[in-house]
Amino acid sequence: MSLSLALLLAVATTTPDYGNTQLPDRQAEAQARALMGELRCVVCQGQSIADSDADMAADMRALVRQRIARGESPEAIRAWLIERYGDYVSYDPPLSGATALLWATPILLLAVGAWIARSSFRKRR
Amino acid sequence: MIAEAGLAALWFAAMLAGLQLLLGVLALRRKDVAGEQAMAAIGPVAILQGALVAIAMGALIAVFLNTDLSVKLVAENSHSAKPWIYKFAGAWGNHEGSMLLWVTILGAGGALVAWKERTLDRATHVATLAAQGAIALGFYAFLLFASNPFARLNPAPIEGQGLNPLLQDPGLAFHPPTLYAGYVGLSVAFSFAVGALVTGQVGPAFARAMRPWVLGAWVLLTIGITAGSYWAYYELGWGGWWFWDPVENASLMPWLAATALLHSVNVLAARDGLRAWTVMLAVVAFSMSMIGTFLVRSGILTSVHAFAVDPRRGAFILALLGIYIGGALALFGSRIGQVRAGRSFAFVSREGGLVVNNLLLSVILGIVLIGTLYPLVAAGFGVRLSVGPPFFHAAAGPIALALVAVMAVGPALRWRSDDAEAVLIRMLWPMVAAAGTFALMLTLTGGMGVLSLLGLSFGVGLIVASVMPITRRNWRRTPLPIWGMVVAHVGLGVSMIGMACDSAFTAERLVALYPGQATIVGPWRVELNRIYPNIGANWSALEARLTATREGDGATLRPQQRFFTDPPTTTSESAIATRWDGQLYTVLGQQDAATGRWQLRLWWKPFVTLIWLGGALIALGGVLALVGRWFKAWQQRRREALWG
Repeated sequence: MSLSLALLLAVATTTPDYGNTQLPDRQAEAQARALMGELRCVVCQGQSIADSDADMAADMRALVRQRIARGESPEAIRAWLIERYGDYVSYDPPLSGATALLWATPILLLAVGAWIARSSFRKRR
Repeated sequence: MIAEAGLAALWFAAMLAGLQLLLGVLALRRKDVAGEQAMAAIGPVAILQGALVAIAMGALIAVFLNTDLSVKLVAENSHSAKPWIYKFAGAWGNHEGSMLLWVTILGAGGALVAWKERTLDRATHVATLAAQGAIALGFYAFLLFASNPFARLNPAPIEGQGLNPLLQDPGLAFHPPTLYAGYVGLSVAFSFAVGALVTGQVGPAFARAMRPWVLGAWVLLTIGITAGSYWAYYELGWGGWWFWDPVENASLMPWLAATALLHSVNVLAARDGLRAWTVMLAVVAFSMSMIGTFLVRSGILTSVHAFAVDPRRGAFILALLGIYIGGALALFGSRIGQVRAGRSFAFVSREGGLVVNNLLLSVILGIVLIGTLYPLVAAGFGVRLSVGPPFFHAAAGPIALALVAVMAVGPALRWRSDDAEAVLIRMLWPMVAAAGTFALMLTLTGGMGVLSLLGLSFGVGLIVASVMPITRRNWRRTPLPIWGMVVAHVGLGVSMIGMACDSAFTAERLVALYPGQATIVGPWRVELNRIYPNIGANWSALEARLTATREGDGATLRPQQRFFTDPPTTTSESAIATRWDGQLYTVLGQQDAATGRWQLRLWWKPFVTLIWLGGALIALGGVLALVGRWFKAWQQRRREALWG
């Protein structure tokens, strides 16, 4: 909760409520929107901050929009959030030792599946 | 009294399930009079078991309708002021009740197999009923020992704690029973597969007996998932319709397996091919249903679906899962060698296309399964991470597109063997349509996402390819199952177009307005007229009156901020205006403390309705196929009666 408070204080100094209103610049808003859809609301039940009613999610949306407006790249903002909340906050698991198996899943499954299916065709005339 | 009667019925049903299993084993082991008697008795026992568990479910519904607060489950999940429909449906809006509903439908499925199934050979029929009894027995044990729905509370509280307001929606009355009936239909396919493995009778007759169950289950799952998606869309209030939430994935996985099984069982019925695939997929499909139940009911996930968090229950379901899935796989491993290989075929052939279809569906299923379980397993190793839309889109998206391409080609392929070059020529028009859509969208919009762009093009191509098989046929003589295939495949194309349009063309407007102010979203001008209070049976609300206008069109919308007292919760009730070309989706947020303005969330979603319309078409396709098969069987019986 103290993190949420810190976020709130960071947000409170500016006037527009970016937790619930869009950025005026369309391209910046699109960038912010894409990022918000990939960030987890850490106090909710499996929702991104883009689809949550929680105050915490609104605070995080405000933070994302402000930083985008300041010209920071979405990836820098994501990295900043991961540094504070851990990998848990991002729905896009970064490629690492812990996630290598996850990202290899599609290829492995395709290979295994093709090997199994091969036997269906083998006994051709 | 009613609660005790329900509990007694549940105990008797459990004992009958055990008896069903014993009779089955006896009938298959002994070839003497006792075996004959066991074989004759197993059907009536299965029917009686179904009737008893239905009585137990009826008793639970009765105590909910009476709001008998001395029953613990009612006190914890209901409230006297709730509208009656939520008292009724609230019987399964909780952990114990939903598990009871699960076994009730399982019992009904078993009874139906005993009563109506006449095409299977007798030994396989008996083995199927025994397997059905074994599954039911495990879930009865789970209910009776770890989740008794009829437990009493002494003293009874004065008032109940109420039902989660998110669940207080007509959707609750239909969504869980539909999905469960789908899961349970797959349990019948599973039992058929186990029965056939025990007796070794895997062939076209077996496939024809299994097919209606698979089709029926698949239709129900399709409806359940489509309706659930629409429910989440309008209830959660952020315009999303699929979140790759573990519970959603839990319903998607059995559907994927059932889809593969459906295609496989058709090959087995028509061409006597894909024997091992069909049996394996039947085992996998119900295993996925059980894993889904495990994920949702064990409490390892927190979500609106997970009613109770109790690790003991999780361990119990996990043990059941291990026994059933492990047992079935062991049986498969030991017996499949004795099942003769089906007929062979070339790679470029209808069967080949269906094998690739099975393969790709299974890979998508594997991706969803591993993506869903990965965070849970990682947490076991102390690593906290999230797997969400970016992973599922990147990993499953390209494979889904490949699958759509195979779907487009499949119906144009000949059985046994076909010529690759001729197939390409037959696919000319769909390819032209897809490429044309691609080029058009690229020039018109420029900034569309890759996945949306490809999804839209492939969707259009799929629709063109899917209607091709009937363009040269005499429509009145085209069999219903062919129509079913065409409608279902077109439905998927329609759904894909809806998904692509929603993600590419949605216009969003998040604003704070004073009453009297207006804003623009997409082609619409939306004015906030006023805010006023409203009241319902067990809620009070602040309601906004919005007038939306666009050229030659207007609508009045009334989104709400709704406050429930039991339990105290605030929900946003969205208001949606549906037009032929999309939906205007409006949500009322909170009032700005500083300025007094009201937050509004507005979306114009072009063609978003196609997502669910496509889902409905897919289900309709399944219904057409089912009706067509029934009709043909009925005709055949009549002909036999006339000539025989």
